[in-house]
Amino acid sequence: MSLLSIENLKTYFHTYRGLVKAVDGVSFNVDEKEIVGLVGESGCGKSVSMLSVLQLISSPPGEIVGGKVMFEGQDLLKYRSKSNMMNSIRGAKIAMIFQEPMTSLNPVLTIGRQLTESMEVHLKMTPQMARERAVELLRLVGIPDAKRRLDAYPHQFSGGMRQRMMIGIALSCNPKILIADEPTTAVDVTTQAQLLELMRDMVDRFNTALIIVTHNLGVVARYAERIYVMYSGRIVESGLADEIFLEPRHPYTIGLLKCVPQLGETRQERRLEPIKGLPPNLINMPPNCAFLPRCNYAIDRCNLEPWPSLKHVGGRHYVACFREILEKS
Amino acid sequence: MTSYIIRRLFMGVVVIFIVTVIVFLFIRLLPGDPLTIYLNKTDMQQLTEEQLQELRVKFGLEKSLPMQYIDWMAGLFKGDMGQSIYYDIDVRILMTERMPVTLYLGALAFVISGVLGIAFGVICALKRGTWLDTLVTLLANIGVTMPSFWVGIILIYILSVKAGWLPVSGYISPFEDFWESTRRIIMPVTCLALFPVASLTRLTRSSMLEVIQQDYIRTAWSKGLKERLIVSRHTIKNALIPVITVIGVQVAFIFGGSVLIESVFNINGIGRLATQAVQNQDYQVVQAITLIMAIMVVIANLIVDISYGWLDPRIRYE
Repeated sequence: MSLLSIENLKTYFHTYRGLVKAVDGVSFNVDEKEIVGLVGESGCGKSVSMLSVLQLISSPPGEIVGGKVMFEGQDLLKYRSKSNMMNSIRGAKIAMIFQEPMTSLNPVLTIGRQLTESMEVHLKMTPQMARERAVELLRLVGIPDAKRRLDAYPHQFSGGMRQRMMIGIALSCNPKILIADEPTTAVDVTTQAQLLELMRDMVDRFNTALIIVTHNLGVVARYAERIYVMYSGRIVESGLADEIFLEPRHPYTIGLLKCVPQLGETRQERRLEPIKGLPPNLINMPPNCAFLPRCNYAIDRCNLEPWPSLKHVGGRHYVACFREILEKS
Repeated sequence: MTSYIIRRLFMGVVVIFIVTVIVFLFIRLLPGDPLTIYLNKTDMQQLTEEQLQELRVKFGLEKSLPMQYIDWMAGLFKGDMGQSIYYDIDVRILMTERMPVTLYLGALAFVISGVLGIAFGVICALKRGTWLDTLVTLLANIGVTMPSFWVGIILIYILSVKAGWLPVSGYISPFEDFWESTRRIIMPVTCLALFPVASLTRLTRSSMLEVIQQDYIRTAWSKGLKERLIVSRHTIKNALIPVITVIGVQVAFIFGGSVLIESVFNINGIGRLATQAVQNQDYQVVQAITLIMAIMVVIANLIVDISYGWLDPRIRYE
């Protein structure tokens, strides 16, 4: 049994222009100590689906309309967002790191305050104990002169250091799962690599499962054991990293891989091919496959029938497509 | 920090200097002559030109404008605020008599508006969209649009004339009779605090709603903190930064309001004295009151600017 399994999750946003089905029937599972990648372009619902797990969707306009989030035998969606149950999960069992290091720390509270508070709440530590552990955490995430830094404020830290601190906060209570929502999007490339290495070392050390949400295929290729590809609110393909990279079966995944440069390739050997068109507007979507307007493999059936569900194609590989495409890449 | 305060104090002195020049000139621009009003009061209309001249010399009115200004300034540095023409006494005596009344009412209104305005704003933001929020926001909107003196007259009509619960007007010191004093200041303080409470409520509410949507509040939720802790530790301090600015402005507003309210409720503070002094063209009194109010407003703003640094560590004074 998996540690966390999301079943048919649906999160909709009620906007003035219509209903946005940001997450429309996503199923997903994570095993203990596993590193899972969730890939998709901006606006495909990957962040929203992860925020829904912890019920951090601002409501209104957002609403989790259906599905299950099974964690340790409990359906978390049965509890209200502000309930004690959810508070005892968030930060303690499932922790999260956000995309924007510049805005996700409170500007008027010290680093120490923001590091120690979840330990005081969840682990019932005294302020002194929490402070000592905070120093240790800051050292672990690679912030020098940790003791003195506790009294600094976030604006005195660089983006990379803030994200390191976020990792420290997230792991402070030794959670079972760490959700990293585009953790490296807002920092520069050298820092990205350091942060990802750090995150991997840390989850390894703390025996934590890691979900990396990203639009960067390079990131998942290097770190994720299993990958989910998301498009327009749904999972279109999932499988082990090798299955996805070596035998992509969904036209969207194939398209994604074609527009990523590979090391050692010259421009003459292979041109990068962008996916034509734009991601669909999520308001008032037609029932058939959302990728259809951009798809090179479309057949008549795609126009006639609603979006296909995921089907098993071997190993741990699942794909949501009518065509049986097999492209070796 | 110290150099910042010194620089700000210096700027405050400049502001106050400009205020003194403006008020000195404007009160003298008004048509009429303070002496005529003084003489009307004392039934001494039948003075000869020589006697009039004597009075002018007594009040220093025979000199040129720049000389009069210099006289006033020189007096101030010696602690002398000049002589009231209308009352024919030292302005300092008038001030020490009237000032505590206005300060007492103003301080009460200031504290009440700060506490209630912030409390209402926070509650509205937390209960956003409920009937309580709708009601308080509606009242706050009414509060900012109603002129305070008009509210004063309506309150007198309803609570005093019709219901007979509170005395119509007047003031006695709380040291003399605390309960009677409190009964008498309920309405004037309500009127003084009305606009500040309403505007602070609106501002605090919108500021809170903005902060609640910030990423760092989502981070706080993701740590599994209880709502009460998120509000008290993570939200309010951030939300108060813009509110503090307006609290500073309220000091000026409350002094301005006291001019009207003290007249409506027949209270002998410096607000009412200011109205009378303008009518009587009592130059020295108008000048003294404006100067004192300007000094208080400058000091209030300095305190506000210093308190930013306490609220927001990103602000550095250099």
